[in-house]
Amino acid sequence: MTSAAVNLHTFLDAIRFIGSNWHLLLDKAAQQLELAGAALGLAMAVVLPLGIALGHLRRGSTVAIAGSIAGRALPVLVLIAAFLTVFGIGFVNNMIALAVLASGPILINSYEGVAHVETNVVDAARASGMTAGEVLRRVELPLALPLLAAGVRVAAVTVVATAPIAAIAGGGGLGDIIVNQAGYGFDGVLGASICAMALSVFAYGVLTVLERAVTPAGLRRLAELEKGNRRRETVPVANIT
Amino acid sequence: MILAATGSGPVIPHYGTGSRCVVENHAFCSSWVSAHWGDTLQPALVQHVELTGIAVGIGFAIAFSAALLAYRRRWLSGPIEGISALLYTIPSLALFQILVPFTGITTTTVEVALVAYTLVMLFPNFVTGLNSVPADALDVARAMGFTRRQTLLRVELPLALPAIVAGLRVAVVSTVSLATVAAFLLPKGLGYPIFLALKEPSPFRTEIYAAGALAVGLALAADLLLVAARRVLAPWAHRGVA
Amino acid sequence: MTALAVFRRNSRRLGRSSGSPRGAEIRLESVSKHYAGAETAAVENLSLTIEAGELCVLVGPSGCGKTTTLRMINLLIAPDSGEIKIDGRSTRAASVTELRRGIGYVIQEGGLFPHMTVAGNIGTVPRLLGWSRGETRKRVSELLELVGLDRSLAERYPAELSGGQRQRVGLARALAGDPPLLLMDEPFNALDPVVRERLQDELLRLHRELAKTIVFVTHDVDEAIKLGDRIAILRQGGALAQFDSPDSILARPASDFVRQFVGENRALRRLALRRLDQIELAPSGKADAGLPTVPAAATVREAVSLMIETGTRALSVVGEDGEARGTIRFDDAAGLLK
Repeated sequence: MTSAAVNLHTFLDAIRFIGSNWHLLLDKAAQQLELAGAALGLAMAVVLPLGIALGHLRRGSTVAIAGSIAGRALPVLVLIAAFLTVFGIGFVNNMIALAVLASGPILINSYEGVAHVETNVVDAARASGMTAGEVLRRVELPLALPLLAAGVRVAAVTVVATAPIAAIAGGGGLGDIIVNQAGYGFDGVLGASICAMALSVFAYGVLTVLERAVTPAGLRRLAELEKGNRRRETVPVANIT
Repeated sequence: MILAATGSGPVIPHYGTGSRCVVENHAFCSSWVSAHWGDTLQPALVQHVELTGIAVGIGFAIAFSAALLAYRRRWLSGPIEGISALLYTIPSLALFQILVPFTGITTTTVEVALVAYTLVMLFPNFVTGLNSVPADALDVARAMGFTRRQTLLRVELPLALPAIVAGLRVAVVSTVSLATVAAFLLPKGLGYPIFLALKEPSPFRTEIYAAGALAVGLALAADLLLVAARRVLAPWAHRGVA
Repeated sequence: MTALAVFRRNSRRLGRSSGSPRGAEIRLESVSKHYAGAETAAVENLSLTIEAGELCVLVGPSGCGKTTTLRMINLLIAPDSGEIKIDGRSTRAASVTELRRGIGYVIQEGGLFPHMTVAGNIGTVPRLLGWSRGETRKRVSELLELVGLDRSLAERYPAELSGGQRQRVGLARALAGDPPLLLMDEPFNALDPVVRERLQDELLRLHRELAKTIVFVTHDVDEAIKLGDRIAILRQGGALAQFDSPDSILARPASDFVRQFVGENRALRRLALRRLDQIELAPSGKADAGLPTVPAAATVREAVSLMIETGTRALSVVGEDGEARGTIRFDDAAGLLK
């Protein structure tokens, strides 16, 4: 058989696997989303308030930047392994590792989103008698929403895409199949890989739609215009492992 | 349990003999590290640098050419960025396996995937960098009688440099991270010791921490190196505003 | 040796004086430019002759095509029809890069290259022309002095300079190759009034000394009147409304448009164009001993203003040394307007 035919054959096998095992794959996918969701939730709960607070005070930019670099520089594999030694095998260590991963984009985006609200606007709000809390709630947060939402989207896609690795530390998900070639055969591995890819693309699509829905139209246009001016872009950090 | 060494991989020591620290699996045993630097950690580090270097090198070359092309033909940048964004959402583990039918279980597979991810990170930054050249400067360059090529070499590229370096920083650091996953496919890179250590019923802490620290250290060192390079190559980007 | 003399001598010595020493003559012959999708032409059938060594100002309301016209001279924009001749040679004849290397171009804020030092920026054209590093460095020093900047600024980056300094560097850069022609596109627009006035004076001084042809675009008619040897007032479509000296335009506006564009107080503004030491004064008599004094460097307008202030109809004109040069009487001042 020519190599092209071999390849086609292999992929067909994989599709067949997907067809006959879709229930299992769906379960695994759900498991993966559960893990991703928990990690994202944890990251948002811890880091989002921190980023917003720092941005509001317009302090600690080095912390925010350091945080995002750390998020990129810490390989997930290392995080998972390290946390495994502390928490043991299971759900918790993976969740925390992925949460650390998700923190990077959320931190830097929430910080920048709030801190880069035009000082004129903030001054005007303060001058009209709003308390600091009101300024934050009524002016800064709504204006920071586009960047915030983008950060959450990047973090979410990152986590969904990275979760398969957690399989080696008991995290479950489609990774369980991908790392277990002995158990499921290569067609299983390939099938699960294709499903993982589809899941990621799906998550990306859903989150992009959600992000748009959350951003008021006027701000969206403004953000698009500003993107040209901003020197540092939020580079997609999905899939850092 | 002794894990057999593959032809190119490091030798994982018998877990259970050695100093007390090793036996009791304390947090960190420097004795083990110094004993096995040569056969475990250093080769892994070198392989990791290789994997990263090749990926970033090739990725840079392709992204740079693509960016120059998209700079001239604006309509290209939209589609390329769209494809890149989608490519980036693919889990590395999955991408490796999807490539296997084409390139087998070889370094090439890993490199193709890593290059793809690098492209995604570099391309938008390069395009942004080229587009951020002030229009005034280009106008004047034309008026002074620069040829197209002279403008590119003496004005556009130098001014795009900070953005290029920013892209490289992200790319290099991310690739160092991504390269650890290569261990799932090949016994290479700093991911491999970690991978093996995890397979044990009671994972060997020191190995994990040592390899992990090396990976993180490598990423940070590369980042600092690039920042220093930017200072040297584009001193104007650091000077204050009057 | 003055900075100018050094500049001139070195230009000649290096054989780098491009074009005629007195600046280039520019002829626009029926030049037209029409942008696709626009209702009216940007420039329609414009014909204009700018004398060698003249400082010609193109002025008009926005949309009149003044910048388009300027940019057609160095072919940054290609005319749709018509010809532009510099010293008799059509701009289409030689290669575009050759053409541009012989023309200095100055825009707002200087359009400096952010990634090069001041010295690097100024040295751009010399390097393009193949000068040695030593020659270039010397040239940079001369130019800094010529435009009134301290040599210590040579190694600074544009981001570290003020707006006025940047503009001077832009001017120095345009002069570096000693081109016979300078094109300036609203260069002083972004500066505050004090700095702007100072730079206008500097430009006038440089023009007097270097005698290059300068084509200057502005939307500010007062700037045009102050700087121009002749002013070309353009209306929509690059139509030439009037092309004459400032005094003539103020004295005899060719149309209602010009009258309206130029604005009020034309008589007074004409008086501001002349200085007391440039006109004939009545001799000082004994009766003029008690008159209030006015310095000879003042303009006729300032003298009239002083007369109104002091309630007199004559002033004694005094030189820098304190010596009386003559008398200026109100009727004589008014007579200058005939």
